Amino acid sequence: MSGAATANPSVAALRARFGAAIGRSAVVHGATLVHVARDRAHEAFAFLRDEPSERYDYLVDVTAVEYRDRELPLEVVYHLRSIPRNAFLRVKIALDRSGPFEVDSVVDLWQGANWLEREVWDMFGVRFAGHPDHRRILMWETYDEGHPLRKDFPLRGRFSRAEQVRRALGADLSAHYSMDELSIADAYGELPADMRQRLKGAAAPEGKGRSS
Amino acid sequence: MAEKRVLELALATPGVDAAGNAMRVPLVSAEHTAQEPELDSDHMLINIGPQHPATHGVLRLVVELDGEVVMRVIPHIGYLHSGFEKLGEYRHYNQIIPLTDRTDYLSAPANNIAFALAAERLMGIEITPRCTVLRVIACELSRIISHLVWAGTTAIDIGAFTVFLWMFQERERVYNLIEAWTGARLTTSLTRVGGLMADLPEGWTGRLREWCARFPKTLDEVDRMLLRNGIWLGRTQDVGVMTAAEATNWSLSGPMLRASGVAYDVRKDQPYLGYETYDFEVPVGEKGDVYDRYLVRMEEMRQSVRILLQALDRLPDGPINADDPRVILPPKQKAMSDMESMIHHFKQVMEGVPAPAGEVYFPVENPKGELGTYLVSDGTAKPVRWRIRPPSFLNLAALPRMAEGHLLSDLIAINASVDIVMGEIDR
Amino acid sequence: MELSTPSPQGASGFVSPNWVTTRLDDLVNWSRANSLWPMAFGTACCAIEFMATAASRFDLARFGMERVAYSPRQADVLICAGRLPFKLAPVIRRIWDQMPQPKWCISMGACASTGGIFDNYAMVQGIDTIVPVDVYVPGCPPRPEGLLYGILLLQKKIKGESVFDPSLRVEQLADQRGLFLEPAAVDELSEPFGNSVHQTRSA
Repeated sequence: MSGAATANPSVAALRARFGAAIGRSAVVHGATLVHVARDRAHEAFAFLRDEPSERYDYLVDVTAVEYRDRELPLEVVYHLRSIPRNAFLRVKIALDRSGPFEVDSVVDLWQGANWLEREVWDMFGVRFAGHPDHRRILMWETYDEGHPLRKDFPLRGRFSRAEQVRRALGADLSAHYSMDELSIADAYGELPADMRQRLKGAAAPEGKGRSS
Repeated sequence: MAEKRVLELALATPGVDAAGNAMRVPLVSAEHTAQEPELDSDHMLINIGPQHPATHGVLRLVVELDGEVVMRVIPHIGYLHSGFEKLGEYRHYNQIIPLTDRTDYLSAPANNIAFALAAERLMGIEITPRCTVLRVIACELSRIISHLVWAGTTAIDIGAFTVFLWMFQERERVYNLIEAWTGARLTTSLTRVGGLMADLPEGWTGRLREWCARFPKTLDEVDRMLLRNGIWLGRTQDVGVMTAAEATNWSLSGPMLRASGVAYDVRKDQPYLGYETYDFEVPVGEKGDVYDRYLVRMEEMRQSVRILLQALDRLPDGPINADDPRVILPPKQKAMSDMESMIHHFKQVMEGVPAPAGEVYFPVENPKGELGTYLVSDGTAKPVRWRIRPPSFLNLAALPRMAEGHLLSDLIAINASVDIVMGEIDR
Repeated sequence: MELSTPSPQGASGFVSPNWVTTRLDDLVNWSRANSLWPMAFGTACCAIEFMATAASRFDLARFGMERVAYSPRQADVLICAGRLPFKLAPVIRRIWDQMPQPKWCISMGACASTGGIFDNYAMVQGIDTIVPVDVYVPGCPPRPEGLLYGILLLQKKIKGESVFDPSLRVEQLADQRGLFLEPAAVDELSEPFGNSVHQTRSA
């Protein structure tokens, strides 16, 4: 279902370049949205940023939407803007509910994606391959009630209130979790296994180098 | 050489042991006890916050220092995470309006308006001319009070305490106006979907005009104190520079983006509320340092006064709420006497107003930057997704880029110049 | 039952009040109440109203709160101004522990007192589950006059204390992990009731 005549011409440019990897598009309340397949998404974003006719140099937002209807996929939504052309585009990657929630990170294209993708990981559990600092950002790193914005996560959390307070008080105040801090303290080996797995995307702990 | 120190940093692990104690894994394991961590002997790892007067909220900065020079700074946020977006999925659209007050609590009316505009676009409601102009007035007043807090707290961080008291005194005068209009100083809940909570009281426009006449003199006093002050210049010029390309790539917005030389303002480029019909300028800086941000924000306050006067001149009479009984509550007398009004009242309060299925992203130019509201509806009265695109979140993410290589006191000045509000960052 | 002979220490360590102790109490309480140094633990919107109360129009300094202590070691009263999420819970606990006795706590605002409008996964439902609170100031945010009234109430409370009452300065933790109420009490108090029951439904 392609958009009306007022659709953003970037959709046609994307279709011309990527063909079948571009899914449905629409114009909703004045904004054009287009679906992109997960495996070619990073190329598509690089095209949108670098192609002279597109030049989406400003990443407005990265977020995710999970619908109440379980049949619908979980969508990772990117809002892009081209400041020189004053254009706006919404790009969505639909992730099947059953499959792994993983997409490629766009931090190498837009630095603004760094914290935005961390928040999507924290709130939805979507992994971003290649992200230099893949940790939770709003909840504490060892928060184990789940990913709060998922629809199967109850509003008041999974644990009882007393248990939540107890766990919160047990968290350590001086904990350092970023690769930068850990490399200073040379503690990579003592991390829990799943955290190590996830942080492995970043460089192995170095003494002086900066990860970004 | 200075002696090496062994740092002991404990790491919390998931879960608790049988006795209910948190299990702690020492960062330095048995085989490493004799070895120091890889911290350059001249470097110091310090922690600023989350409780700290100069972090402007509950922000934690872990800083690696070489003497006074910041080698690395890692911001930790989330200490004010309140679950706004989750809560929004369990509330009707009008019930979300009080929540928006508490995200960016320094400019609450602007947040109310941002959300109401997004919800109105989603539902296809058109607001009345009087409501449009009143919302512009509220937006610009919010811009001024937010910048007043910014100016006061930045000055106090850099050492000029008097400016803080002057700015808060001005803020009190604006609070009087806002309180006369909405009943609340800070958490206003000014808008409703389709209109406003209340119309202006008698004589309010006259009082606003008086205030607009006196306020620029306060700004002039502040400028007299700071603009060409040698200490101020020394503390703010060439500190925390972001080039235009960097600012764009790091998704900065608002005064942070404009101070770096990128002339993007949502009011000019994607106008809403009739901003294209107002005559105002948008200050754009050149160097992108703390001083430019100061200049941009001070000038924005003056331009806001200009917009306020124009809005007061063109304020039309008429209703403030759209004429749509399914969306706007009927007046109380009618709800008690007229059957149809009673049914409308009942449905709106008990069931909420359903929005047609669809999605909208509505950006507004908040004082902190581009505040975007992304609403996704599935046809029910509660949104499927309420996403706040927080300007301060992205502005703060660039703090490491701006502060590394500067002195510790510069870090404080740069942090102040970002103009963060943790309620919006953490939501 | 003891006769009121003026002995310095009773069997339980409690000193029977007599003319000397009451005069001493008056002096100590007067000096404590009129120079409370607040530890402004400001988190959210209430912190802005606290700053407004400290600024020129409402002026906390005339109540003795001239110096807002930013270090807990030098503070008397912890004013928790704003909502307290779980991530911040150990921080306020540590700040409270770092404050030396005598210390008091004012819970400013609805969120600090009960969790406020944030009955969700992220928010502590009242700081009294973590630290002992002396005065609760309701409001969202409370007006500066409200906060001032709360401070005056605290001053009145302090003036009713006694230096010779050892129970006042001892903290009783209900749970070894730092909870101030029994876990069952925390759960019971935090349950939604009345209209709030309907507010945890999404669709």
